[in-house]
Amino acid sequence: MLLSEMKKGAAGRVTAISAEDPLVEAKLREIGFAENDAVELAHVGPFGGTPLCVRLNRTLIALRTEEAKAISVTIEP
Amino acid sequence: MTAAEAMIAETLAAPVRVALVGAPNCGKSTLFNGLTGGRAKVANYPGATVEMRRGRFETPAGRDIELIDLPGFYGMSPRSLDERIALEAVLGKTGAAPELILALIDAANLRTHLQSILQLRAVGAPMIVVLNMYDLALRDGFEIDLQKLEAELGLPVVAANATRKSGREALLAQLDETLPALAGAKPAAAGRYPAPEDVRAHQVEARRIAGAAIAYEPVFNRATRIIDRFVLHPVIGPVILAAILFFMFQMVYTWSAGPVDFLDASAGALGDFLSARMPAGWLRDLLVDGVIAGVGSVIVFLPQIVILFTFILLLEASGYMARAAFLLDELMHRIGLNGRAFIPLLSSFACAIPGIMASRVIENDRDRLTTILIAPLMTCSARVPVYALIIGAFIPEDSVGPFNLQGLVLFVLFITGVISAVLVAFIFKRTIAKARSQPLIMELPTYKLPNAKDFFISLWERASAFLKRAGTIILGVSVVLWFLAAFPASAETLRESFAGRIGSLLEPVLAPIGFNLEIAIALVPGMAAREVAVSALGTVYAVHGAGEDGLGLSETLQSAWSLPTALAFLAWYVFAPQCLATLATIRRETGTWKWSGFAVAYLFTLAYVAAGIVYWTATAAGL
Repeated sequence: MLLSEMKKGAAGRVTAISAEDPLVEAKLREIGFAENDAVELAHVGPFGGTPLCVRLNRTLIALRTEEAKAISVTIEP
Repeated sequence: MTAAEAMIAETLAAPVRVALVGAPNCGKSTLFNGLTGGRAKVANYPGATVEMRRGRFETPAGRDIELIDLPGFYGMSPRSLDERIALEAVLGKTGAAPELILALIDAANLRTHLQSILQLRAVGAPMIVVLNMYDLALRDGFEIDLQKLEAELGLPVVAANATRKSGREALLAQLDETLPALAGAKPAAAGRYPAPEDVRAHQVEARRIAGAAIAYEPVFNRATRIIDRFVLHPVIGPVILAAILFFMFQMVYTWSAGPVDFLDASAGALGDFLSARMPAGWLRDLLVDGVIAGVGSVIVFLPQIVILFTFILLLEASGYMARAAFLLDELMHRIGLNGRAFIPLLSSFACAIPGIMASRVIENDRDRLTTILIAPLMTCSARVPVYALIIGAFIPEDSVGPFNLQGLVLFVLFITGVISAVLVAFIFKRTIAKARSQPLIMELPTYKLPNAKDFFISLWERASAFLKRAGTIILGVSVVLWFLAAFPASAETLRESFAGRIGSLLEPVLAPIGFNLEIAIALVPGMAAREVAVSALGTVYAVHGAGEDGLGLSETLQSAWSLPTALAFLAWYVFAPQCLATLATIRRETGTWKWSGFAVAYLFTLAYVAAGIVYWTATAAGL
């Protein structure tokens, strides 16, 4: 599934990162997203459930649903 | 001396150019302040160091170094203007490339930040890797093998703790070791941005090296996790944000009351002292009515400005600002902006100029333009003297429930600015600045206790900038205005003076919105800066004493203005673009006077309409 489809509080692992815009992919990687990284959807924005706040390794990353679609994840219990 | 010898001598004398680079929030500005004792803005949100800062220092071995503090970036795929500025400086696309790069990384985020080190290494830049906040990482339980890291990278690596002198010693020693070897080495050749496959390859390599060098990595910061449970909560979070902003505006009033009264009384006492001691004449009048009445009426608001900046700086440095951007992103997005626009817009509450410059963190040009155009609607500190004067004079000091009515009015003025900015942005994004929305990818930093030294350096910078303006622009304008108001000597009334004649020209235009001759006169020099209007009113009323002697400006206004006029004046100042420096900054940041002109036209129109509506509504309501 996509990171954008995760439920709040769910944890998973990144399986792929690919965006139409190569710069979006580069940005996601440079800020720390990589295949096999553990992610957890820690918080969502108060208005309409976006942006998403993802706990990634030792950082918290805020990104919009649109950018989160570039990241595929598998859910881990 | 031969030409060759002269060149060598010059090379020896010139400082070594060293650039400080790294991701946002890894302590770059703190290290810069620590090494140079200099002044760079320190903040905890992505993109704080918008301007390139320079400072000089000497290594223990006596090497002269010019340190350049660059905006933060995570990697070499630039999106925002801010990041482009940093990367182009590193790559030597703007001016000479730095001779050495200090690549700062947060020791606790080694795994991620190592990527940018590898990208920089690929460019061939001579570099020292600085693992900053190493002590914090160790305290969290990290175990990092520095020698292994050094061997894997093939670059010198030092651990550092930028806030302490002892934490910078290893870095200074390494500089003395590295610099002699650089002599004659060519700086990084003009590099290029990495291709997408390079980014992927560097990431894989960074993970491998980090895996080898990190013996133990603890889990996510627990305090941050607990605080965020409240701060980022969908209901509690926005309530906290609103409460913080509201509290900030209340404090600007209640805490400042004592110091403001003290400064006001001091200015009055100084005026009385000079009046009593100096022989009567134009020089005494100039000093008392021009300089002290003018400059004094602005300086009394220093405490309020200091309190406002204290809040903004602490919110930035603690890591809260990025959270506020997160909470507001969707709202900003719906009006057509980016959550990141919150940062420049909040800075604009202090002053639109750094706010407009901070808009460089916005990646999309159209979003950036909209942000720049609405930044002057944020209530900057220069409006505080104007608001404070009028509110103090006309709004009773009553309590409304637990709130102070004066603080409440100030809050309403701030909110009016914000709501107008939202509406204007909404319209602009659908007319002059149409564009697809841009991505938001932003780190929320771990909460930190602000560093006292960095805080005071920043606060001093803001306060002294305010005082400097009071001592230069406002002093100059006060003196000129005094002459215009006091001469020709034959003038019996204000209207017959030079200033009165100029004001009379504007009066017919301003009369329909309830402005009198004195306001018309004050608005002309008030174009230079907003708070000048206060000093100008001070001078105008002092020269042609509408009130009795010894009365402060506030008492004078109470008897000279009606309440509708005062309220209309407040409404005018929510919008009026009366700040030449802001207009010049818009010109610089957009590259054309066209947008400055546009800002002037639309803001004055709004100011006129708003003041008119307020004046006539208040008059009709019988206020």
